[in-house]
Amino acid sequence: MWFLEHAWLIPLIPAIAFFGIIFFGKKLPKGGSEIALIAMVAALVIAGGTAKQWIDHTNAPAAEHAAEVVEGETAPAADNVLAVEEDGAVAAAAVEGAGAAVEGEGHHVEAIDHTWTWWESGALSFTIGSHIDGLAVMLLLLVTFISTLVLLYSTEYVRGDRRFTHFFASLVLFSSGMLAMVLAPDMSQLILGWEIMGLCSFMLIGHWWEETANSKAALKAFFTVRTGDIGLLVGTAMLLGIFKTLDISKINEMAAAGEFESRTVLTWAAVALFIAAIGKSGQFPLHTWLPDAMAGPTPVSSLLHSSTMVVAGVFLVARLYPVFHVGLQINLLGQHFNLIAVIGGITILIAAGLAFVQNDIKKVLAYSTVSQLGYMMMGLGVGAWVPAVFHIFTHAFFKCCLFLCAGSVSHTASHHSFDMKKDMGGLARKMPVTFGTWMVSTAALCGVPFFSGFFSKDEIIDSADHNGYKVFFIIGLIGAFMTTAYMTRATYLTFFGKARGGAAHFLGEHGDAHADVHADAHGAVHVDVHADVHGHDDHHAPAHHSKPLPFAPSDSPWQLTTPLLILGVLAVASGYLNAAPFKLHYFERWIESSIGLPFGQESVSAVPEAPTFEWIKALPSIGLVALGFVISLGLSKAVFSEKASPIKGLTQRIKPLGWAHNFLVNKYYLDHLYEKVIVRGITGPISSAAYWVNQNVLDGIVNGAGKGGRRTGELVYKYVDQGLVDGIVNGSGSTARGTGGALQPMQSGKVNQYGALLFSAAAIGALVLVIVNS
Amino acid sequence: MLINEFLLLGAALFCIGVYGVIARKNAVLVLMSIELILNSVNINLLAFSLRHGDVAGQTFALYIIAVAAAEVGVGLGLVLLIYRNRRSIALDELSQMKG
Repeated sequence: MWFLEHAWLIPLIPAIAFFGIIFFGKKLPKGGSEIALIAMVAALVIAGGTAKQWIDHTNAPAAEHAAEVVEGETAPAADNVLAVEEDGAVAAAAVEGAGAAVEGEGHHVEAIDHTWTWWESGALSFTIGSHIDGLAVMLLLLVTFISTLVLLYSTEYVRGDRRFTHFFASLVLFSSGMLAMVLAPDMSQLILGWEIMGLCSFMLIGHWWEETANSKAALKAFFTVRTGDIGLLVGTAMLLGIFKTLDISKINEMAAAGEFESRTVLTWAAVALFIAAIGKSGQFPLHTWLPDAMAGPTPVSSLLHSSTMVVAGVFLVARLYPVFHVGLQINLLGQHFNLIAVIGGITILIAAGLAFVQNDIKKVLAYSTVSQLGYMMMGLGVGAWVPAVFHIFTHAFFKCCLFLCAGSVSHTASHHSFDMKKDMGGLARKMPVTFGTWMVSTAALCGVPFFSGFFSKDEIIDSADHNGYKVFFIIGLIGAFMTTAYMTRATYLTFFGKARGGAAHFLGEHGDAHADVHADAHGAVHVDVHADVHGHDDHHAPAHHSKPLPFAPSDSPWQLTTPLLILGVLAVASGYLNAAPFKLHYFERWIESSIGLPFGQESVSAVPEAPTFEWIKALPSIGLVALGFVISLGLSKAVFSEKASPIKGLTQRIKPLGWAHNFLVNKYYLDHLYEKVIVRGITGPISSAAYWVNQNVLDGIVNGAGKGGRRTGELVYKYVDQGLVDGIVNGSGSTARGTGGALQPMQSGKVNQYGALLFSAAAIGALVLVIVNS
Repeated sequence: MLINEFLLLGAALFCIGVYGVIARKNAVLVLMSIELILNSVNINLLAFSLRHGDVAGQTFALYIIAVAAAEVGVGLGLVLLIYRNRRSIALDELSQMKG
């Protein structure tokens, strides 16, 4: 139990490492990256231990609990020597009870709290500490694991950067914030971690702030998320008002048991908290910051904006699920829509639509992240808590891997460009590790059967149908289709077709030069073998040796490929923790106690049981994935290859298509709406109204008063002023002049001297006061 | 009760602050000294609030903290403008207000 008791060390170690890096990093031989790595590995080890002990803990209580029941029931019965017959009956009942507890598969696994109160005022107390349950353990392990890999990747990726040390400091601080939030037993600690993440996100997006675009993106991300954060503060205050406590597990218990006065207030609290989740998790309509956040270095995009930080919003909903479930009446009989599912559903579709028109590989992945976060939200909205949380888990691995692949391509092959149309293409031949892991992760993202995404995403779609949310079932299917289609397009542009720009240079000017390299590497293999494939002779094979070699002999360096390989394996393997088709439910058993609600049918105080898996139900989505792949591959080949094709330039020739394309390229004009219409719309009328009031009302009063005043003034001037007052004034004036002359030296214009005078006057005043009062 | 120690601390801070205001030439340091004076007052308020078992003093201290923050904002704004105009924040060179 040591790890479960000491889980608070997990966020603390990176926090200490942050200060270590800030103060001593620059003096160290590796610029502080070694502190970062050591701290993250330590945190990972503790998180691993915690996970191991949590799993033991979830398996054990079923037995322990049963043992307690038996003891508790039999002890009094044994005392009662007279009622021998009853004794047997009671013991039998106890055994039955124990049996039921065992069958319950540990539904009531107790969370382990370890808290320390740092502020107490009346009945209200703020605590800090660790609240360990399945959800927290999963995210602890996930965050420390991915952080470690990303830190390793960064040592190579940002090598030689002018703010190398600060980069690692911010990354470690970010991990610490996320871990603190995940462990939060109390809303105040949750907000603390949440805000640390917001700050680090800002620092890391703007890491290369010398370029205006980057610092603008950082500001945009910060302000957009802040807009949502207001919801978090308001929602927390409302929870405090409703439940009179900030303790998350108590809030959940009371919400689930219906111990609150008004459902309306609870609904608004849930809405306010959900606005925070919208901002942080990039849901529609506040999703616009996430793609711009790709201005940051790739490891940042990978860690913060795909696998960990952006799931904070989803985590918030999952953590306070009873509040949302009861407040928004999710799973009420006959309910077809609710706020969370609707926002999630809209996000899936609009983000997937936008991913089609991006040329920047990271932006495709960013919109894909937004879309997948939409799946998680939709899952929570339809009552599929376990699949949604499982999707957080699997998505983190394959999306992190995809981003790191994109970084690997740009770092090694395309001269640090992310433009798929200009600088990529044909890289599959030269970067086997990057290409292989990319393909595996893409398959997982698309939900190809037997890859991890299939087990989580399909379960969400299936649950939407099962729980009576038909519309969201269809949205989920369309989303799966679109996901496959845009990922096929991105894969084609990056790894197939003719190499362009930076990639062409990397591959050796001509797209076919790799054949020579290949032949050289194998020595014995004669170029003729390739000659008939590529239709060229080997006339420049010897010349190749004099050519400057590309940056890397084949793939990226080991610091980049190791994380890729590990994540690629996990992109497949992580799905088997909860693979419904194979009746594997480990994940569910470890984590389901965190829901805070019992299982049951169609009511706001219970979540529905997961549907049983049948292959026939998975067929539509598998079919749509295949269809998306075929259509998109055909279109990509037609549009992006050199051969003439009727589809090429279709958007220029057919107007409605062109409009649709423009609409997507301009991101549904949402940025315009926010900047031009809303920001100006609010500031504009206010300033013009103020101007109108100024011109008409105030000026009218002032002018009227002025005119009246002037007439009176003239009369007064003539008689009173000239005659009476002037005499007095002139007299007092000459007196004042005399005194002023005497005091003139005191006006030295020196601030210090004024200060001295002030304090000496105060001292004299105090002295007088003391003497008078004594 | 530690009231004497509190008051002594307050007095010491106050004296340091007064010394800073009178003797320092750097405008920012003078502002910092003013902060010290304000906070010495805060300590006095807290000490007496503790002694009388009354929260009014603590409330005042909180208000003073808020007002002090605003005051420093204005002060630093002034210093910044002076620096822009004169490329220096030495107070002894600032005597245009001499009468």
